[in-house]
Amino acid sequence: MDFVLQAALNGVLLGLVYGLVALGLSLIWGVTDIVNLAHAEYLMLGMYATYWLWALAHIDPLYAIPLVVPAFFLFGYVTYRVLIRRILSAPMVSQIFATFGLLFFLRYSAFAAFGPNVRGIWGSRLEGSVPLGGLVLSLPKGAAALAALCTFAGLWLFLNRTRTGKALQATAQDHRVAQTLGIDTEQMFALSWGIGIGAVGVAAVFLSPFYQTSPAIGDAFLLLAFSSVVLGGFGTVSGALVGGLCIGLVENVLGALIAPTFKLLFVFVVFIAVLLVRPAGLVGK
Amino acid sequence: MRMMNRRQFLKSAGAGLLAAGSLDRLARLASAQQETIPIGVVYPLTGSLARIGASIKNAIELATDIVNTPSDLDLPLARDAGLPRLRGARLRLVWADSKGDPATGRAEAERLIEGERVAAVIGSYQSAVTATASLAAEAKGIPFLNPESSSPRLTDRNFAWFFRTGPHDITFTKLFYDMMDDLKQRGRAISRVAILSEDTEFGATATGVEEGFAQRYGYNVVARELYTSPPASLDAELLRIRRVNPDVVFGQNYLVDAVLIIRSLKEMRWFPPAFVVHDAGWVVPDYLQTVGNDGNYIITRVSWALGMSGRKPLVARVNSLYRQRYGTDMDETNARSFTGLLALATAINQAGSTRAEAIRGALHDLRIPGRQLIMPWAGIEFDAHGQNKHAAGLMAQILNKEYKVVWPFDLAETDLVWPAPAWERR
Repeated sequence: MDFVLQAALNGVLLGLVYGLVALGLSLIWGVTDIVNLAHAEYLMLGMYATYWLWALAHIDPLYAIPLVVPAFFLFGYVTYRVLIRRILSAPMVSQIFATFGLLFFLRYSAFAAFGPNVRGIWGSRLEGSVPLGGLVLSLPKGAAALAALCTFAGLWLFLNRTRTGKALQATAQDHRVAQTLGIDTEQMFALSWGIGIGAVGVAAVFLSPFYQTSPAIGDAFLLLAFSSVVLGGFGTVSGALVGGLCIGLVENVLGALIAPTFKLLFVFVVFIAVLLVRPAGLVGK
Repeated sequence: MRMMNRRQFLKSAGAGLLAAGSLDRLARLASAQQETIPIGVVYPLTGSLARIGASIKNAIELATDIVNTPSDLDLPLARDAGLPRLRGARLRLVWADSKGDPATGRAEAERLIEGERVAAVIGSYQSAVTATASLAAEAKGIPFLNPESSSPRLTDRNFAWFFRTGPHDITFTKLFYDMMDDLKQRGRAISRVAILSEDTEFGATATGVEEGFAQRYGYNVVARELYTSPPASLDAELLRIRRVNPDVVFGQNYLVDAVLIIRSLKEMRWFPPAFVVHDAGWVVPDYLQTVGNDGNYIITRVSWALGMSGRKPLVARVNSLYRQRYGTDMDETNARSFTGLLALATAINQAGSTRAEAIRGALHDLRIPGRQLIMPWAGIEFDAHGQNKHAAGLMAQILNKEYKVVWPFDLAETDLVWPAPAWERR
């Protein structure tokens, strides 16, 4: 029994982390209708930022949030202003190629700047685990899961309780109508990129104490992030959370019970089954 | 106008001819000095294995410089500048990036052979990429030398143009079981084996070999977990392995995976009595640079260990050259790459030609004695399948962040620690 509970606990924690990684992707997709293929590269750069703060300035990942997240908000905002704005009304193929190009630009920039080395934080405050009955709770994964819940809650409050948040939602629903209502949609698009990439910054900081980075590390998360977004519901923020949780649970529980070799197979069987029944995803409309 | 008499004419003409002859010799000398032999080199220079590709690149460049410039090292071709039987021609490396991808590796090998007209190809670290890149060489009739890939299937294909200097997984895996049998004779109870492996040519083949040997040696494989590298998590795999309580876990894991395994085991507060691995990510310097002392007690098969330098001073000399240039020690993998390049260069020199057929013939006839190698092998000599008959390995354990030879016991630098201590007692 402990075996299944431990697998479920691991699944919930990892699922929330996957959800957090996918959050920005979902928000950007929902508001600007852009599929950001470079999403996981921002995660990689965020992990590098956290690593260098730790290695050079001895700043523990726990305290890196106030530095990394605003910087990544700005990074997202600038990405929108410099690149995305120009392709917003371009054909979808152009948009895909633009973000695909961005993926390679960011990946190989990291490669040129930091080399091919694998870099990992070891010995941070968020390390180790605590016994929990017969189970073991990973501290860094627990902290990442908590950060994911806080980020989702914060974003939910922002979207539903503030004027700017409601303007953002209006833009996501129909940006032309939003524009006629006097909403500065251009600003909303830029804001969605800022928040989306800022959320990736949160994920990067909390992933760093239990995952190592290298220029190609985005490959380990990109598919999971896209699957979370599609499974949960295209472009919905809560969908990313639900999708991530679902994937984390399926891969860990079914993986542990049947065979981890097939854990991605289980994920995609569930994925296809859900989309057959609910094409808009678990919480999509 | 002053007329030249016959004597003066003959003198001038003679001097002129002499000068022309010298010039011709000089020109030939210069052209020989400038003559280069292009060698195609296919490795993962970008992508998730780029770190390993970079360290292999360093070792291959060092070996090339040793061939191209004279030194007093007791290595093949070290004492002359270039290849003496090819009038001092230098090796010129033409690099290609496989990105760690089999299709790209093959396309790049084809480009090197057709576009760059390389005399031979060396590569490509991953067995899966070596398998496809060597297909290109086989189709074009160009020698392909592989120093590092360990899948036995590579030489089982009986390719006419494929040669491997390093050991394969059958040789290496036999070491695991011979070591365990030795331990059993000393009273250790070992019977339950678990396997945790990445799922490409390297990992899947090694897993099959491990299972085959388990049957032959009388061990019970209680878990067999394969994953796709790089994994986002290995929690489910490790949870299943812990549940079956193995006496030993075998691992075929790349660098990112190796670091993740140690993190996950530490979080689980569990470590198997022994974790025995097929080098790969576990011997890349980044592994210990990242995990520090938590990386101790891993037991790995090696073809090379710095600890051998006590018995073989050549190892220390080459390593010190490497360290001067790159700031780190050589590692188990790139020592094999270094040796592979020297073997290929020796064959080209012995062929006395850059014709593919001549190089292949020289590879078949190649005999390099063990004393001229930095490896613990009796030498290099290929069998009919292109496999080096003398390739062998040792078992090393990471202790205090150093790779120490621990088996065979008569060659051990230090005592093997088995079982490994629990995390709280480290």
